[in-house]
Amino acid sequence: MTSSGALSLIAKGDDEIVITRAFNAPLQMVFDAHTQPELLRRWFGVRNGWEFSVCEVDLKAGGAYCYVWRNEAKGLTLKIRGAFAEITAPSGFVCTESFEEPFQTDEAVNTYSFVESNGQTTLTISTKFPSAADRDMALKSGMETGLNESYVKLDALFA
Amino acid sequence: MQAHSQLDMTFAALADPTRRAILARLADGEASVNELAAPFAMSQPAISKHLKVLEGAGLITRGRDAQRRPCRIEARPLAEATEWLEEYRQFWESSFQNLDVVLDEMKALKKRKVSR
Repeated sequence: MTSSGALSLIAKGDDEIVITRAFNAPLQMVFDAHTQPELLRRWFGVRNGWEFSVCEVDLKAGGAYCYVWRNEAKGLTLKIRGAFAEITAPSGFVCTESFEEPFQTDEAVNTYSFVESNGQTTLTISTKFPSAADRDMALKSGMETGLNESYVKLDALFA
Repeated sequence: MQAHSQLDMTFAALADPTRRAILARLADGEASVNELAAPFAMSQPAISKHLKVLEGAGLITRGRDAQRRPCRIEARPLAEATEWLEEYRQFWESSFQNLDVVLDEMKALKKRKVSR
């Protein structure tokens, strides 16, 4: 595996989360990996015990997407739905996002942007939640569903 | 809801780079306003304002010594906020590590096609 940039995740203001990560791959490839279901299925949320059971993406303005992960052993389901508001391939897209299971949330707005430089592509995801309480709930959801149970232990938070 | 409002205050307090730098300094031990103001190009009242926000969020406490009123870091609310962020981070970290592997395979596949 080629080494790539460290993940940065910060809580910005009181209703936003911003994620930044660099990949050793060209822009188009990283964009495709985030928008084509057959590629998404291979990496997104894929971890011990969790099966990516539904991955539907209709990549066009107004098109919907739906992701469902199931953990049979724990009897847990995580379901996320949303629609694309704007697509500027391959430099980014804007989509809404709401949880349907294990609980329902109001719509958050995700802005994905991809920038290539020296053969590396940097992804920035800004998630703007409808309120501070929704943002905190999203952070908390991981623990409640066990989705974020990890096999990778990281030592530093504000790296 | 109590937990939420505490977390909101913690995140709001952490959203400012000067306040994060102050906390980083206090992690090494208590300090007075003067000592905290020294490394920043900021007036003492400006630093005091930041300290009030941190104190309000329960991230620091001030000593009783009227002259110095040393600031101390409070570990618990900070630990709670970072624990939640850490859970979220780990979902993305492991997803992106999978993605590194997928991208390497995509690159190898493209190379083979080009050289064929």
